[in-house]
Amino acid sequence: MSLEISFIGILIGSIMASSVPLILAASGELITERSGVLNLGVEGMMIIGAISGFALMVITDNLFIAIVGSMLSGVIISLIFGFLTQSLLTNHVATGLALTIFGIGLSAMLGKNFVGIPGKEFPILFSSLRESIPFFGPILFGHSIILYFAFTLPFLTNYFLKKTKLGLVVRAVGDSPVSASNQGINVILVRYCCILYGGAMCGLAGAYLSLIYTPQWIENMTAGRGWIALALVVFATWSPIKVLIGALIFGGITILQLHMQAIGFRIPVQFLSALPYLMTIIVLVVISRDSRKIKLNTPTSLGRIFYKEK
Amino acid sequence: MALYFFTPFIAILLTILGGGIIFYILGFNPIEALKFYFITPIANLYGFSELLLKATPLCLIAIGLSFCFKSNNWNIGAEGQLTFGAIVGGGVALLFYNQEGFYILPLVIIAGAIGGMIFALIPAILKTYFNTNEILVSLMLVYVSKLLLDYLVVGPWSNPEGFNFPETRQFSNSSRMPLLFEGLRIHAGIFLALAAVMLSWFILYKTYLGFQIKVSGLSLKTAKYAGFKGKTMILVVFMISGACAGLAGVGEITGPIGQLHRMVSPDYGFTAIIVAFLGRLNPFGIIFASLVVALTYLGAETAQIFLQIPKYTGQVFQGMILFFLLASDYLLFFKVKILNLKKNELRN
Repeated sequence: MSLEISFIGILIGSIMASSVPLILAASGELITERSGVLNLGVEGMMIIGAISGFALMVITDNLFIAIVGSMLSGVIISLIFGFLTQSLLTNHVATGLALTIFGIGLSAMLGKNFVGIPGKEFPILFSSLRESIPFFGPILFGHSIILYFAFTLPFLTNYFLKKTKLGLVVRAVGDSPVSASNQGINVILVRYCCILYGGAMCGLAGAYLSLIYTPQWIENMTAGRGWIALALVVFATWSPIKVLIGALIFGGITILQLHMQAIGFRIPVQFLSALPYLMTIIVLVVISRDSRKIKLNTPTSLGRIFYKEK
Repeated sequence: MALYFFTPFIAILLTILGGGIIFYILGFNPIEALKFYFITPIANLYGFSELLLKATPLCLIAIGLSFCFKSNNWNIGAEGQLTFGAIVGGGVALLFYNQEGFYILPLVIIAGAIGGMIFALIPAILKTYFNTNEILVSLMLVYVSKLLLDYLVVGPWSNPEGFNFPETRQFSNSSRMPLLFEGLRIHAGIFLALAAVMLSWFILYKTYLGFQIKVSGLSLKTAKYAGFKGKTMILVVFMISGACAGLAGVGEITGPIGQLHRMVSPDYGFTAIIVAFLGRLNPFGIIFASLVVALTYLGAETAQIFLQIPKYTGQVFQGMILFFLLASDYLLFFKVKILNLKKNELRN
């Protein structure tokens, strides 16, 4: 009995770990989208973060530099997107796709010499408590600091958007850029900041994969998580707290399929792997049907180009 | 208007320049690396045939996508439609694995086109009747189709004499595209692509449907005001697009591959989006663009062999082409703005 309970505890802990990159990337993208910008380059920014984090860790042997560097690399690559969409007024969808294709290619090029190098162990917090407390131990303790950050991020994001003046500015820019601009808000600047913030979070999400989750560099290792993160934002109807819930559900499916395979469950692996994608579609259908529900939270100007007449 | 078709060339030039800089940073002689990339692959007849072989699926898919993009429908799941087309077409080919007959290949081709069409209908129907975002749905379906293919080739369709390799039986000769020249891999699928180009030009520029598509792309409100049946049009453009992607998938498995396995396409479905943009959604522009982008695939393979650069550099080039193309559009946008100002001045 107690063995089963502790197993469930460990299971929940691993579900939390697998949802971290989704939470980070989706929370970042949520802010970007709330400002009215649709960046489809999440996958590309994540993979760039993954390789830069891993490469910096191998070169400097300093995890702090690796983490900060991965966020910076996300910022730099998202700057390309920001410059194109905000300064050169290009189409958001096409630019984001280009960013993903470019990012996957560039990461493989940069990572050529880092394939097969074993990763370094990332320090975990409260590892003694993890062992001593049954059930809750593996859930609450013994994780990396990034995981704790990821799990507070949706609440911080929620607070930022709803309770702070800057959050109001971001929402205003996303819902009505013209009125925001007339109020003296620099719409382009706000959107630049939101894009760069999204880049930083995606970079961090990538670094979590290459430094902590699968501590090594594998080409194309984000494996579609960026696209899931994008879907998550819609799934959550642009609400940060629901991003957290959605990420746990998707993380849960990923972990569950691994365990079901191990038990010898008689469903082909591929069907279980397809579940998150099918779930996203179903959720999209459910929330999109109700046009009031989707309008309530969707940034009105999402994906539309804004420019100021001079 | 002339500038509209001229900027793609600027984008290509800038990409070559940018590629040279990247090669220089990586420690290669940029001129030599670019020569390996863009000239060596097509310096002989075999290379040229390979170029056409890779351009064929890109051209087919991009032609289909041009219908969607022109009417403001963002189908970015062509890769999934290609894969599903290959599954359905491949399934038919496997039914006839030990038979010969002139009717087999047409059946396989039609099955593939229908497969792609059905798969593209999913995002289209969800968009029209449930208001879902077609970008996300079509994209999610890419992964679903790839996992389905994976399941089939390791599971029920795997070759019984194949020592558990993740692949099906070889198709019979009657399911294979006829080769055009002895010793070269270029096959009759190229005529499908050319037919698609001609047909799409006719539909887009000479029919009422084409007119509807273009008007909807320019202004949805105008289209509504004109009384166009928006929902039907969305379904039709997705079906055209899916059928083209399905044909591309069938062309690959009945052409160079000859069976089903995990990798039926090196992301042709995604790259074709770049082709469609680079070709300015114009049927003849797309022919040109598919050749240019096919060269980035070939160049990446050559560079991998001769310079040990990972073949992913192809994607770096493809991404850059689209970046530069979109950026150079600013020139066009700027021109439009100046004209508007003048109009206002006249009015005042």
